[in-house]
Amino acid sequence: MDIYLPIAEMSVNALLIILMGGAVGFLSGMFGVGGGFLTTPLLIFYGIPPAVAVASSATQITGSSVSGALAYWERGQVDLRMGGVLVAGGLVGAGLGQIVFSVLQDLGQIDVVISLIYVLFLSVIGGLMLRDALAALKAARAGEAPPARRSRHLPWVAALPWKMRFPGSGLYISPLAPLLLGAAVGILTVIMGIGGGFIMVPAMVYILGMRAQAVVGTSLFQIIFVTAATTMLHATASKSVDIVLALLLLLGGVTGAQLGVRAAQKLSPDRLRLGLAIVVLAVAGVLLIGLTLTPAEPFALFEGA
Amino acid sequence: MARIALALGLWLALAGAAPIRLITQLSQARIEINTTFRGSEMLVFGAIQYPQGTVPDAPPDIAVVVRGPSAPVTVRQKARIAGIWVNATGVRFESVPGFYAVAATRPITQIADERTTAIYEIGIRNLQLSPASGADDGISRTFETGLIAARQKAGLFTERSDGVQITRGVLYAARIALPAAVPVGDYTAEIHLVRKGRVLASTSAPFVIDKSGFERWVYVMAQENSLAYGLAAVMAALAAGALAALVTRRRW
Repeated sequence: MDIYLPIAEMSVNALLIILMGGAVGFLSGMFGVGGGFLTTPLLIFYGIPPAVAVASSATQITGSSVSGALAYWERGQVDLRMGGVLVAGGLVGAGLGQIVFSVLQDLGQIDVVISLIYVLFLSVIGGLMLRDALAALKAARAGEAPPARRSRHLPWVAALPWKMRFPGSGLYISPLAPLLLGAAVGILTVIMGIGGGFIMVPAMVYILGMRAQAVVGTSLFQIIFVTAATTMLHATASKSVDIVLALLLLLGGVTGAQLGVRAAQKLSPDRLRLGLAIVVLAVAGVLLIGLTLTPAEPFALFEGA
Repeated sequence: MARIALALGLWLALAGAAPIRLITQLSQARIEINTTFRGSEMLVFGAIQYPQGTVPDAPPDIAVVVRGPSAPVTVRQKARIAGIWVNATGVRFESVPGFYAVAATRPITQIADERTTAIYEIGIRNLQLSPASGADDGISRTFETGLIAARQKAGLFTERSDGVQITRGVLYAARIALPAAVPVGDYTAEIHLVRKGRVLASTSAPFVIDKSGFERWVYVMAQENSLAYGLAAVMAALAAGALAALVTRRRW
């Protein structure tokens, strides 16, 4: 079934886009990631113009995150206070990201820079998660108690002033740490067209030391707001949000997200982390191959001024 | 069919005027892009009007050129730097048609010499793409080849040497395929009559490709009410997410 997209100005196979959204949505619900790091490259690979792919996937992430966040909300696994601080940081970061984005654009290598940033982040985070997940699984198989968590959170986090309580996360830390984290991820959200969950989730665990149960729900909660702001930025600045494309992705995405949440309840957190690590590393590998392999087309076209 | 008959009638009525002339009609003056648009086809047809109505034994050659709106395009060559492929040097072409199709009765090189086809821009190789000044001729040639190859691959630049049919030396017809990726805008169909390497008559007919209905409405909203459009997109996403959560909740 073919549908013509009004903003992307091309005809696409609607069923394929829905399935793509469904697969990404499943991962979204399962791991608490927005899935933008998969959606955006997949759409570009399909032939959607990059600007439209980035903007429309942000819209889709908003929807699938709501679906996932509500599911976690019902289990009381969303820390509203922590989420609020992260959102505040994220909005500041999104604004900064817009500035960084236009600087990179002026340098002329925006797509290469984006791919390199992707490879760098995905391989570092994927590698860390893989190491931890494997160690935990090995320990569990040997019948030992899981290795003790080193410290509740990193020393510099504990050193920050104005500490407050985050009961949902089981933390007593300065709000500056999540604020900075939110801002850093917000910058990446705008530049990379992602929700940032794949960075946020491990950062919440490893940097802030949050209670595991609250991590995924709170991450989804903050993704809703930051991607909604990103959609607004793209809609007003570059006018590249394709609502038809976003709705097609959502159709599959929201369904996939619900299934993903259910699947996540049946799996151990260590297995979840192992799964996410493998997905993240696989995407990094594919992108790296794309950067280093001799391209089929020796020329790239850039329309307009 | 009725249109062809009409064109034929017109030809009969006008026969007898001195120079050789072309009468042209398009199957549509406007092509609308709607939700189910998967590409379209434009039928360019008409009649050749000979002096005194004498049809020669060997019919002349006809070349039909359809071109879409032009825009600047920057072509960048990919180069490997430290193992990574980056977009290196670029050449900017000032006027590149978004769509360009040639249909002719014979291969273009057999119809007329290079100079003639270049003057009338008949044939993809004869397009005047206006590379930015300062670029070396040989270099801009290489980039032009890359640009043309990319457009041909997308089906936006086509050349068919058997694309025009001539019936009884008088009626001509060409079917021009418009792929789903055609850009919107103002198009022209130029028809050239060539005999013994010389262009004896030319005519052109304009047509428009534009979005219609829902597609147009969405596009206009996104351009003119971008804030409302963005809000609507966010709301739609939130509603879809909430709805899915509600529907599936019952099953737990």
